[in-house]
Amino acid sequence: MAATESYPDDVKYHPEHDWARVEGGEATLGITWYAQDALGELVHFEPPEEGATVTKDQSYGEVESVKAVSDVIAPLSGDVVAVNRAVVDAPETVNEDPYGDGWLIRIRLTNPQEVGDLLNAGAYRELLAGL
Amino acid sequence: MKLIFEKSRPGRRASSLPRYDLPEPEIAADLRRETPPRLPEVSEPELVRHFTELTSRNYGVDTGFYPLGSCTMKHNPRVNERIVDLPGFRDLHPLQEEDGAQGALELMWRLQEILAEVAGLDAVSLQPAAGSQGELTGLMLMRAYFAERGERRRKVVIPDTAHGTNPASVTMAGYEVVSVRTDPRGNVDLGDLRGKVDAETAGLMLTNPSTLGLFDEGIEEVARIFHDAGALLYYDGANLNAVCGISRPGDMGFDIVHFNLHKTFSQPHGGGGPGAGPIAVRGVLEPFLPVPTVARDADRFRYEYDRPRTIGRVRAFGGPFGVFVRSYAYIRAFGPELREMSEAAVLNANYLLARLKDAYELPFDRLCMHEFVLSARNLKREHGVTALDVAKRLIDHGFHPPTIYFPLIVPEALMIEPTETEPKETLDAFAEAMLDIAREAAEDPDALRRAPTRAVVGRLDEVKAAKRAVVRYAFEDHPDLSEEPARPVAAEAPKGV
Repeated sequence: MAATESYPDDVKYHPEHDWARVEGGEATLGITWYAQDALGELVHFEPPEEGATVTKDQSYGEVESVKAVSDVIAPLSGDVVAVNRAVVDAPETVNEDPYGDGWLIRIRLTNPQEVGDLLNAGAYRELLAGL
Repeated sequence: MKLIFEKSRPGRRASSLPRYDLPEPEIAADLRRETPPRLPEVSEPELVRHFTELTSRNYGVDTGFYPLGSCTMKHNPRVNERIVDLPGFRDLHPLQEEDGAQGALELMWRLQEILAEVAGLDAVSLQPAAGSQGELTGLMLMRAYFAERGERRRKVVIPDTAHGTNPASVTMAGYEVVSVRTDPRGNVDLGDLRGKVDAETAGLMLTNPSTLGLFDEGIEEVARIFHDAGALLYYDGANLNAVCGISRPGDMGFDIVHFNLHKTFSQPHGGGGPGAGPIAVRGVLEPFLPVPTVARDADRFRYEYDRPRTIGRVRAFGGPFGVFVRSYAYIRAFGPELREMSEAAVLNANYLLARLKDAYELPFDRLCMHEFVLSARNLKREHGVTALDVAKRLIDHGFHPPTIYFPLIVPEALMIEPTETEPKETLDAFAEAMLDIAREAAEDPDALRRAPTRAVVGRLDEVKAAKRAVVRYAFEDHPDLSEEPARPVAAEAPKGV
């Protein structure tokens, strides 16, 4: 069941339609409702290795639907501490719950100041309105 | 319809072979199969009917209009088939000695000369087997060129409208992809580009006209930016059908060009091949070309292997020879008027665009080249009808759908390429169908969401097809897929060969 459109206030947004939930020195990353809706039902998630380094604004993995394969852009830099195996096994989890069970990876932040560059929900909604 | 395996009955045969009366060949025991292969067992009429029924379910450019954007599904003249069937071409062995293959070698040499002229460049290799291999070969030439100069460059720039093969080829060639944005007129964004080209940039890969069907208005400035940085320009020939005999990539500043002979110069290719992806290069890159090329000494033609700095072979023998013959025939049929091919392709596309642009959104409102990209975003916003629904309804109208959801920067994209070989009546019939569908979206959107309803199969469950691909018959263990409910929710993948 696809989720209904939402952009929660407890996460920060990257203009490439990715979100980050920052908790202490770590952040959980995923793709936004808009991104999963544009892609359609996901059929594959290619995650990074645990321990790999991700860099803000660069691709850390791929999501694939029957429409397209898309890079997933890191909203923040860090080291991968966890990969959501549930999404690897059942990629449609992202469509069902993009901000909850459909999270993609968790990272330990290497440059926490970058959080200041991200958008809040209101600014991200404004960006979407212009698309 | 049933699979041929499901029609199989033990012992049934289409023909009877004479008894094998020669001594049995010796095959080592560990190489022998333990059980006979489970081939389908059917009679000849069953066999003929099976494959005839399959062909009746196919849709090709011989059946009807096939405006699959970026794939250039043009008519394949039958005279080409007669020429490729001449015994001197058809019965030639790839290892035939050169004295007995002078005609074939001359055809390849002449094709090299023509492609160099069309590209506006100096030398050609016919070897790459497809556009994607042409891309990889071109990037390997780039690497060889910089390696010889002792330059370490690691980045290749690609616009966000590029075909997916471009970043794939860049990665396979060991380079890093740098993506550059498209500006509001559909050109490469020069501001964004300037910040991304430096001494580490090996080159650019550009399709011009782009996958939006637009000729890049800043191409000379783009070329200057790369050449000033000592980098090279690669021309993806996917859309060459728009510019043949009108403008030449070499004159625009490109250093390497690949052709898709199977698109631009006709060749049946709806089933994925065979293709051919020759490359043309500027003189400085000629020493690195794959071997062999075809050379001419006065009246004699021969394979040329003497190229000490070559990147090596990229394909067995001389290349996909049948494609060369058909493409050569197509080009020679136009002769010096080759530009008429491209002019007609561009005219057809602009005619269709003019008829459709009020019913669908046009993201970049300019004259198009040989193809154009519309968006069904207005239908989605107002009626909840998507590009996929439009494509499926076109099947009910008897047309092959256009490419959809590509390029990725256009939401609900419909990419339409009519080619030069369609008459006005066909274009009008297609335009009427598209306008009809736009009206239906407002009046009865559910009918579109259910489409196709007049085809041999209904809406396919593409998610299930991707997740649970059944590509091999499993006999007793074969799953009964008809029992599982379909979930027609997702869209079609971008296609292209």
